[in-house]
Amino acid sequence: MIFNLDLNTVWFFLVGALFTGYAILDGFDLGVGALHLLTKTNTDRRLMINSIGPVWDGNEVWLVTGGGALFAAFPEVYATAFSGFYMAFMLLLFSLIFRAVAIEFRSKRPSPRWRNFWDVSFSAGSVVSALLIGVALGNIARGVPLDGDHEYLGSFWTLLNPYALLVGITTVALFVMHGAIYLVMKTEDGLQSAVRGWVNNTIIVFIICYAATTVATLLYVPNMTDNLREAPFLFILPILNMLAIANIPREIHHGREFRAFLSSGASMAALLALFGIGMYPNLILSLPEAANSLTIYTAASSVKTLEIMLIIAALGMPLVIAYTVSIYWIFRGKVRLDAGSY
Amino acid sequence: MSVELLSRIQFGLTIGFHYLFPPLSIGLGLFLVIMEGLYLKTGQVVYHQMTRFWVKIFGLIFALGVATGIVMEFQFGTNWATYSRFVGDVFGSALAAEGIFAFFLESGFLAILLFGWDKVKPRTHFIATVAVALGAHFSAVWIIVANSWQQTPTGHHIVSFGDSVRAEVVDFWQVVFNPSFLDRISHTLMGAWQAAAFFVISVSAFYLLRKKHVEFARRSIKIALVIAVFASVMQLVTGHSSASTVAATQPAKLAAFEGHYPADEPAGLYLFGWVDEDAEKTIGLQVPGFLSWLVHGDADAPVTGLQAFAPDDRPPVNLVFQSYHIMVGIGMALILLSLAGTYAWWRKSLFELKWLLTIYVVSVLLPQIANQMGWFSAEVGRQPWIVYGILRTSEALSRSVTSGQVITSLVLFSIIYVLLGALFVFLLNEKIQHGPGDEIAEGEGHRA
Repeated sequence: MIFNLDLNTVWFFLVGALFTGYAILDGFDLGVGALHLLTKTNTDRRLMINSIGPVWDGNEVWLVTGGGALFAAFPEVYATAFSGFYMAFMLLLFSLIFRAVAIEFRSKRPSPRWRNFWDVSFSAGSVVSALLIGVALGNIARGVPLDGDHEYLGSFWTLLNPYALLVGITTVALFVMHGAIYLVMKTEDGLQSAVRGWVNNTIIVFIICYAATTVATLLYVPNMTDNLREAPFLFILPILNMLAIANIPREIHHGREFRAFLSSGASMAALLALFGIGMYPNLILSLPEAANSLTIYTAASSVKTLEIMLIIAALGMPLVIAYTVSIYWIFRGKVRLDAGSY
Repeated sequence: MSVELLSRIQFGLTIGFHYLFPPLSIGLGLFLVIMEGLYLKTGQVVYHQMTRFWVKIFGLIFALGVATGIVMEFQFGTNWATYSRFVGDVFGSALAAEGIFAFFLESGFLAILLFGWDKVKPRTHFIATVAVALGAHFSAVWIIVANSWQQTPTGHHIVSFGDSVRAEVVDFWQVVFNPSFLDRISHTLMGAWQAAAFFVISVSAFYLLRKKHVEFARRSIKIALVIAVFASVMQLVTGHSSASTVAATQPAKLAAFEGHYPADEPAGLYLFGWVDEDAEKTIGLQVPGFLSWLVHGDADAPVTGLQAFAPDDRPPVNLVFQSYHIMVGIGMALILLSLAGTYAWWRKSLFELKWLLTIYVVSVLLPQIANQMGWFSAEVGRQPWIVYGILRTSEALSRSVTSGQVITSLVLFSIIYVLLGALFVFLLNEKIQHGPGDEIAEGEGHRA
């Protein structure tokens, strides 16, 4: 068995589940943002924004709560990652701020210059956010220089190594694919046929990035495959991932857009599960001094706190899932513009 | 400048700017529940119109609150990593609970509040409004739990972890109900209600002076005056109770509030004054013995002064003294203003008193300033400690962050926040100038 049955492992998977929830949910609205400038007319752009209008801030709460859970369960990781990747996280925060207010401000004024400014902010904020999230993931998997007190020893430029950038680009491609599929589900008529045209391209781009990342991981970050080698049955995850991706064009072809979206979500879940299994039990790998790595044991809060947090999660998460499902249910169907829209 | 000072300025700037918005969304949440509740009960169109108008304003305020709030969730890690390592076991749980119990509730149901008018039944929409208001209040609860633990830490012990030490939870309920929590949450929530009440009063008074949307404005200002009177008078109770707790648990902070230096003498209450920190004395207009009486019920009882503390253990006195006195002064002014309006309402002259309405238009700034000053005196008054008596602010920084990095982020935050602040005021003004009512004319939404 490659997993220990203890609270630290439970919290490893719970924090992972929160960030997976974030990737699947905010992933599509970041993807919609990245595709935003491909549409040209004001109506189409408003449709793009309003397709995510009721849900984007709820989606972002998954990141905030994931951050809180990381702070509570693994404070050393929270402290090391955010202070170590200081400028990268500040850039991420600025991107998220610009993106958030762009959604709110864009349609408040009729001036084309005003709208263009916020359209570009929305799109750039979305792309940069996705890229930085991917770069951070790439770095914690590849390893960053840490000292014995778990303090980061590198600089901002250390983070921009080729492997991390590749993971970053792959993340953008993944979110763009996911966002395009979401848009097919939410739009109709002219805009929908345009988006349908994008979907296949986004799938192809993602598969190329995914293949490149896989090869790079096998060559340069072999530690990510140790657990997989020990438990070969887990190889089902990459297979599930590929099947889910292959299923997307089929569902779209048959006009089953919601199932295409579920497939895309499932492929993201499989991908992040693969990432989590590759990392376990490490949370941030230290390179070159592997002994300084932060693991679910060296970074964790006390057993008492992990137990309290488990009660909080057990009480809260069913409610969270219930709200999320009901909100998505209420706002199901095609997006239409009305007086209340952005 | 040192990393410590820069990081403190950045935290102050980002939390201060963020805190312009949450009090308004907490307080407006309450207003929306009342207005929509009245609409459902009476079926009168004007209440529907009120709800629609304030929901739009709420949406704008909420968006700014979310955008600036994400920064706060991560800034403990970016700039205060040593603090995060030290307190994560205790403090992190409160932040995670805030996310799970408050933010999801608030942001999820906000979708229905803003965009669900035609998608759900009126009753369901009302439930969403209640959920958003509750979520906003819950988020205050958890963040005040976290902050109050920094002021009056209980329910933890200090243990060694690896090569360092950290605080770990012993009793979760003692962490939550630490000695200052109940006083501070009630004081904070009343401050939020005041902020929203005077915001509604200000906009309504503006319409009444311009003789526009008169029925809307009259109903709005009446609801707001009731809440303003209640919250402003309650601040006397919660404020007094908070100060008594500070006297018992953080005596150096209380001494700084009043510029009281002698280690063990009776203390008066300054109406206003100036603290000469070098000479260790305060000059100003004072009610002798009043602080002793407030704290101990005896005008001759001694109050612990700043000289009882080593100079290294004292907060910056004049800053704390001034911000505290501005808060208290505004608190008194808000009581007078809300009572004056209620009296005029009773005399049936409220809508004709131009001078009072004019004061009301600008009164929106007062609770905002008081809320900022209150936090300023609470947080600066805690110095030099980041966790009172346990961890010093100077020992809590991120070791891997340089002053150059903090200058860069501070400059960027300043530029972005000035831009956002200006755009917020511009768009808010536009919404207010545009006024309520068009929704009804366009036949949008459900009707009575």
